[in-house]
Amino acid sequence: MATEILMPALSPTMEEGTLAKWLVKEGDTVSSGDIIAEIETDKATMEFEAVDEGVIGKILIAEGTENVKVNTPIAIMVEDGETVTDAPASAPVAAATPAAVAAAPAAAAAPAPIQVDNTPDWPEGTPVKQQTVREALRDAMAEEMRRDDTVYLMGEEVAEYQGAYKISQGMLDEFGSKRVIDTPITEHGFAGIAVGSAFAGLRPIVEFMTFNFAMQAIDHIINSAAKTLYMSGGQMGAPMVFRGPNGAAARVGAQHSQDYAAWYAQIPGLKVVMPYSASDYKGLMKTAIRDNNPVIFLENEILYGRSFDVPEIEDFTIPFGKARVWRQGTDVTIVSFGIGMQYALEAADKLAADGITAEVIDLRTLRPIDYDTVIASVMKTNRCVTVEEGWPVGSIGNHLSATIMERAFDYLDAPVINAGHDR
Amino acid sequence: MAAKKTSATANVSAEELKKYYHDMLLIRRFEEKAGQLYGMGLIGGFCHLYIGQEAVVVGLEAAAEEGDKRITSYRDHGHMLACGMDANGVMAELTGREGGYSKGKGGSMHMFSKEKHFYGGHGIVGAQVPLGAGLAFADKYLDNKRVTFAYFGDGAANQGQVYETFNMAALWQLPVIFVVENNQYAMGTAQQRSTSSQEIYQRGIAFGIPGEAVDGMNVLAVKEASEKAVAHCRSGKGPYILEVKTYRYRGHSMSDPAKYRTREEVQKMRDERDPIENVRSMLLTGGHATEDELKAIDKQIKEVVNASAEFAKTSPEPALDELWTDIYA
Repeated sequence: MATEILMPALSPTMEEGTLAKWLVKEGDTVSSGDIIAEIETDKATMEFEAVDEGVIGKILIAEGTENVKVNTPIAIMVEDGETVTDAPASAPVAAATPAAVAAAPAAAAAPAPIQVDNTPDWPEGTPVKQQTVREALRDAMAEEMRRDDTVYLMGEEVAEYQGAYKISQGMLDEFGSKRVIDTPITEHGFAGIAVGSAFAGLRPIVEFMTFNFAMQAIDHIINSAAKTLYMSGGQMGAPMVFRGPNGAAARVGAQHSQDYAAWYAQIPGLKVVMPYSASDYKGLMKTAIRDNNPVIFLENEILYGRSFDVPEIEDFTIPFGKARVWRQGTDVTIVSFGIGMQYALEAADKLAADGITAEVIDLRTLRPIDYDTVIASVMKTNRCVTVEEGWPVGSIGNHLSATIMERAFDYLDAPVINAGHDR
Repeated sequence: MAAKKTSATANVSAEELKKYYHDMLLIRRFEEKAGQLYGMGLIGGFCHLYIGQEAVVVGLEAAAEEGDKRITSYRDHGHMLACGMDANGVMAELTGREGGYSKGKGGSMHMFSKEKHFYGGHGIVGAQVPLGAGLAFADKYLDNKRVTFAYFGDGAANQGQVYETFNMAALWQLPVIFVVENNQYAMGTAQQRSTSSQEIYQRGIAFGIPGEAVDGMNVLAVKEASEKAVAHCRSGKGPYILEVKTYRYRGHSMSDPAKYRTREEVQKMRDERDPIENVRSMLLTGGHATEDELKAIDKQIKEVVNASAEFAKTSPEPALDELWTDIYA
């Protein structure tokens, strides 16, 4: 049967090209792999190989012809002994139909009443104990490692040294060197190994001595951990936690002080947590370890030694995407997370002295973000200030400003302010 | 086809030899068809063909056991076919259709199969090396006696993360075989222009990882070397490096005019060293198969490949809302 040889697309963007030269003539026998023509694309001259065996029955497009559209029949190939007139050419195969263009999003409707989940993290009357962030983190990891054998901790100095910041104190003794693993100083490599082990069913907790060092590993965090579930059509992903101190500590210089909250919060496929209090460190870390997605858990060195109330509840967890309102107020909403909460709460105290009541919201998780709690508060106070350590361009505060503008524009009495300065 | 008792070589039966012939030819015909569909505009984006390198993956797979894992780069079609993944699902992923292994969301470079223990399909050069060591880490952690084949090219061999991984794989005695598919060109850069020491298999010496080089155009040589490597890993002795010297006939990707080498160089390799022709003549001259038997294999492969192309053309485009699924588990 005769088949049409079509003008090939020789690059992802090629729509037409020049049929520069025929290397075969009518009547020639060709086999798979033979170069039959040279075709000029916008960037190069390419050789065009036959993919079937047969005889060149007829050349339809003469050499030297410019602007030949992709998929135009350029020759007809016949079987040995056949001529073009013997057999009508088969219909060329149609190119794939492009998917229909997505419908434009519907125009924003009037804001629906917002239902905010105000349930407290633990029931009233629950006994609490004072615990440091450091202890709460260790307890959370240890509890989850007792609960699930596939959870392991890996990082620099996590085992014998008991953690560079003593977060993993006692864990080597309890779980042994199989599950509490010291790594060489090689963030890119051990992050990749941890992601691979997560593909295969383990649940690694990767400690970075600081998130500044995780920049060496960011390719595996984003390209390998965050994107694989999507690219595999849901077949496999990376259930794991990347954790460590983030943001400024004290006098450690610009290379050890960056806040990565906005960087990671931008990435679909990641979940991002940045707690302030010890109870949140505990409850959110336990949720992070159980989550089936890669979770970025941003800690703070200055907060490690701070004490907070932690409920004495067996298996205490906090869901992602639920902000905590630390202080009720009616005049202005202050939104923050992580150590920014310290400044937000101090500011609220000072404002109170001036007779201004501020509502203070701790986002706790930055992907997902509890927008509803913020919007409902702004609808009540009509003003909003965001507080974060990170640089302002492309910050969480910028994103909240845009969201508030989209969802509560008519409720604002003043522009949203993002506290921050970068020049 | 009755199993023949005669042995094609000291270690290989005629049946095995025919299987290698079949598996290599399937990859070649599949890739030729993929090139054709690309030319018709049915495959978009990047498409890196494996033609010329077939003996590498077929030889390695000959030494694998059920449950062993494999991971590779973006030049991954051959690996998937060799480990038994379905040609229809691979071809339909190339055309970005719903019936593809990643529902059309991975494309040529990103396919996976939990069932066949194929962990991708990775587009960042060298990233699959620590990921592969991580698969082996999990096997060691779970103590299940499985090994992982982590494939990468001579180009990836210059990535720093490869050596970070060698260090940890040796330190922790991970059961991983690092397979360097040295096809001599990192995209358009010949190995001698990019690589200070040409013997990549020797780069494990610094870490105490044994390595050897093998002729990647000879499937039996690859098989023999990989059996040795697998035995080393499975017995708990840690990683192993196998540098397989091979050659890709086509450009780096479909849009590569391959002007960095001569047509004569490619033709010489095809004429003198072709891995499929090599086995074909071994089968015929040794009397292990007749022309008719081989023709029957060719015909059967052609049917499988044509059916995969048909499936890849007719499987529907993914629904638009697939854009928003599989982002979170």
